[in-house]
Amino acid sequence: MNKDEAKERREVDLDRLDRLRGAVPPRPHDARAIAALAANPGCARRSVLDAAGIDKDATATHLGFPAPFGRSPFAITRGNAFEALVKESGCAELLRLLRELLGLPVAEAAYTDLGDIGGDPSAHLRHAHTRTLLDRAARDGAGAGTLYDHPLLRLEIAGQSAYLEPDVVAFLHGGRFHIVEIKSFAVIDGQAEPDKAAAAARQAAVYVLALKTMLEELGHDPGRVAHDVVLVCPENFANRPAAALVDVRRQLAVLRRQLARMTRVGTLVDALPPGLTFDLAPGDDGVPGRPAAELREAVRAVEARYAPDCLSTCDLCFFCRDEAAGQESTDLLGRQVRDALGGVATVGEALGLADGSREPGEGQEEIARLLRLADRMYAELS
Amino acid sequence: MSTLAALARLRALRSGSAQRLATVRHCHLSDRPMVLIPLRLAGEAAAPLAAMVGTDPDHPRLLVVPQPRDRDLRFAFAAELAEVMLPYIESLQKATETVERRGAEPYERCLDAPQLIVPNPGAAAFVRLLGRSTRFRRAEGPFAVHPSVPLLGRWLTFFGQRAGYPGSSLLLSATETLSAHWATGQSALEDANLASLAGWIDPPPGSTGAAAAKEAEDPLIWPPAGPATDPGFDAEVLAPAIRAYEETRSDQAAERVRAAVRSQLEPTWRLMWRAIGLLAALPAGQGCAGRWEADRASFTSFAAQIAEGAPPQPKRDGAVGAAARLARMERARASYDAQRAYDDPLVMAGYRLTGEAFTGTVVSAEPDRTEGEGRGRKLRPLVTVRTTDPVRLAAGTRLGTPERRGQQAELVAIEGEHVTLKIVKGMGRGTTATPGAVPEAGERVCYAALLDEFQPPAALPAPEETPWTHGGPPPEHEPSEDEPEEEWS
Repeated sequence: MNKDEAKERREVDLDRLDRLRGAVPPRPHDARAIAALAANPGCARRSVLDAAGIDKDATATHLGFPAPFGRSPFAITRGNAFEALVKESGCAELLRLLRELLGLPVAEAAYTDLGDIGGDPSAHLRHAHTRTLLDRAARDGAGAGTLYDHPLLRLEIAGQSAYLEPDVVAFLHGGRFHIVEIKSFAVIDGQAEPDKAAAAARQAAVYVLALKTMLEELGHDPGRVAHDVVLVCPENFANRPAAALVDVRRQLAVLRRQLARMTRVGTLVDALPPGLTFDLAPGDDGVPGRPAAELREAVRAVEARYAPDCLSTCDLCFFCRDEAAGQESTDLLGRQVRDALGGVATVGEALGLADGSREPGEGQEEIARLLRLADRMYAELS
Repeated sequence: MSTLAALARLRALRSGSAQRLATVRHCHLSDRPMVLIPLRLAGEAAAPLAAMVGTDPDHPRLLVVPQPRDRDLRFAFAAELAEVMLPYIESLQKATETVERRGAEPYERCLDAPQLIVPNPGAAAFVRLLGRSTRFRRAEGPFAVHPSVPLLGRWLTFFGQRAGYPGSSLLLSATETLSAHWATGQSALEDANLASLAGWIDPPPGSTGAAAAKEAEDPLIWPPAGPATDPGFDAEVLAPAIRAYEETRSDQAAERVRAAVRSQLEPTWRLMWRAIGLLAALPAGQGCAGRWEADRASFTSFAAQIAEGAPPQPKRDGAVGAAARLARMERARASYDAQRAYDDPLVMAGYRLTGEAFTGTVVSAEPDRTEGEGRGRKLRPLVTVRTTDPVRLAAGTRLGTPERRGQQAELVAIEGEHVTLKIVKGMGRGTTATPGAVPEAGERVCYAALLDEFQPPAALPAPEETPWTHGGPPPEHEPSEDEPEEEWS
């Protein structure tokens, strides 16, 4: 395939993705959404819907399975208040932390607000501004250590630009950029809740990748973005911020692999029936006009891989769980059970192997023997 | 997860009701447990919003912080919680028994100990955090609190730490305990919802477990069991009520917050006692009493430490303390695993499936076989067992048996379905076996590569002799000046 063909192929893909989505603008990916992609990489349904920028929340609601997520106003208020505290008077508090953590010389602290370009700029304009200023900063080399606030980075996700707004980017005297991530969960006696810390690291990895990509495009060494991100959290039970370095190399590797897979979403889309669309056909009032049954058929045309973990990451989780229940899939019971069953796909099949009413298929002899034995013991003991 | 537990989940899914994973109860259940359901303000590390607590199912005590961001109100909450919990804890310190020990001074042990039951592991973690945020406070000086607050903090810390020991029943989480005894037709992740788990195990009349579990996912019918509240409730009910209190500080506004959190806590309160009822209906396993004895001993010694005026538990263990704690936890784990299997054939079945244990019928025995000469002559009976279990054990493996717990056997050989064992421990000094000491032909027996024997505590240096590789001797604990002032906002 030569270059033109490749370009054409890509445009066809994008056009196809637009048709899948219908007449609404694609839903932008934020860093949280991008980080969540890594949660269930094997799910074709999620890959296709995300690549096409479909509003999964609205889709799930229209299907009659609204997503179980919500964020408490208290958590939002607390998060905003903490970020405001850290960034107060030109990030004074943050500079103090960075000086301690990274040995930033006092004299070299400056603060530049990249969001400050007047008017109500588009994402495109803001990104261009960020790009220009960071290009200059990178060219000046070991110049002033500066905090860049409100930068707007960009990452290509399956042919679409996702604009991302990290909390702050710090540019330090060593000529390296550090991403700073401000989170309001507490670190108590040096320990944070593991799942929250992991989510923060995944999210920060998205920013690191976006910044690396930008520097590379500008002809700089992407290695100048540190893979240690600065995580700023409240310490103990107070509101006082504390900073720690978090190595996100592993999260970066997962993310890269996942994004590479998403650019191959074309092969998934090519296999879909022509004319398939997930359009909700909203009327002038925004209320979906598409019959729910028709939408259900459309969504079912793309295979899902449900796992209980989806319940905390994907808007469509209740729909997919219901579908898995209808198919009596062993996925319903979680990966541990599925592993213990040696990958036997349905409840009926597994129970059939257990009571001997079903002959084991090729490669199932071992699990069938175990299940029969377990069944015998269970009958004998309970 | 064992194939047996996986199969139980499959059966639960197919039948619509939970399946037993245990034939007996593997935790101690107090006659008078204290149920505690804490709620936390979303977004905060340890800001209590409310708690429902008590030992009487019909008379729960509701504690509420009408403005959880107000420091004084938080300490008032902690003092109120202390008012409920400390008398309960102290009432159990009075009756003691004298325990005789070979080669050591006898000591006093409380006849009973407090038992705290919380809904889920999140609530247990919250108990630990609440302990951490209150135990360093002081009753005098700046930011003085009621003297009961730091005391409560130390007790909560004690409960939180004991919960880390496998087999301890001083602090139980309802979801974890129920899931250890029943398999549901849903995933472990969904089992973390107490209402849904209880729905599977004990569906309301006319309903199935599956249907009850589905209903339990609606936060309007079954509010979350905490410590986090439902975000919808926060936005629509709680936030306006707290705002109204903030503006007027009136009793009426405080009552509105109370009523709001009561609506979230009451369903869980009833659920907690239902869960306790379900567990109480199971007969206690044989090992429960022994493990509860260890809990009672630990309770007694902690109460003595407090009476002697020991400082609050450190934020972090020193090197020696941490190593000792880890060793104790490992021993507790090994002994808990062995005891559960010995007490419960259904738990043992999991080991039989993996070939670490087997049951069978004795086909022949040589009860009076001896080894050695003269004074060194010892009874070493041979027993041959026929089993259809898939035994995967190497010759020489030490085996225990639930039928004769003082004995140990060594695996000699496996030939087809025949396993030959040699009894190597617990035969006494004589040269003829006492009747019944060795299983006879025709007897059903079970042997497992699980040993529940006394393990001596790890040999560790005294804290003041910590080697330099481990940071050297830890500094003496000096209550730092800033501790009581540590913000709690």
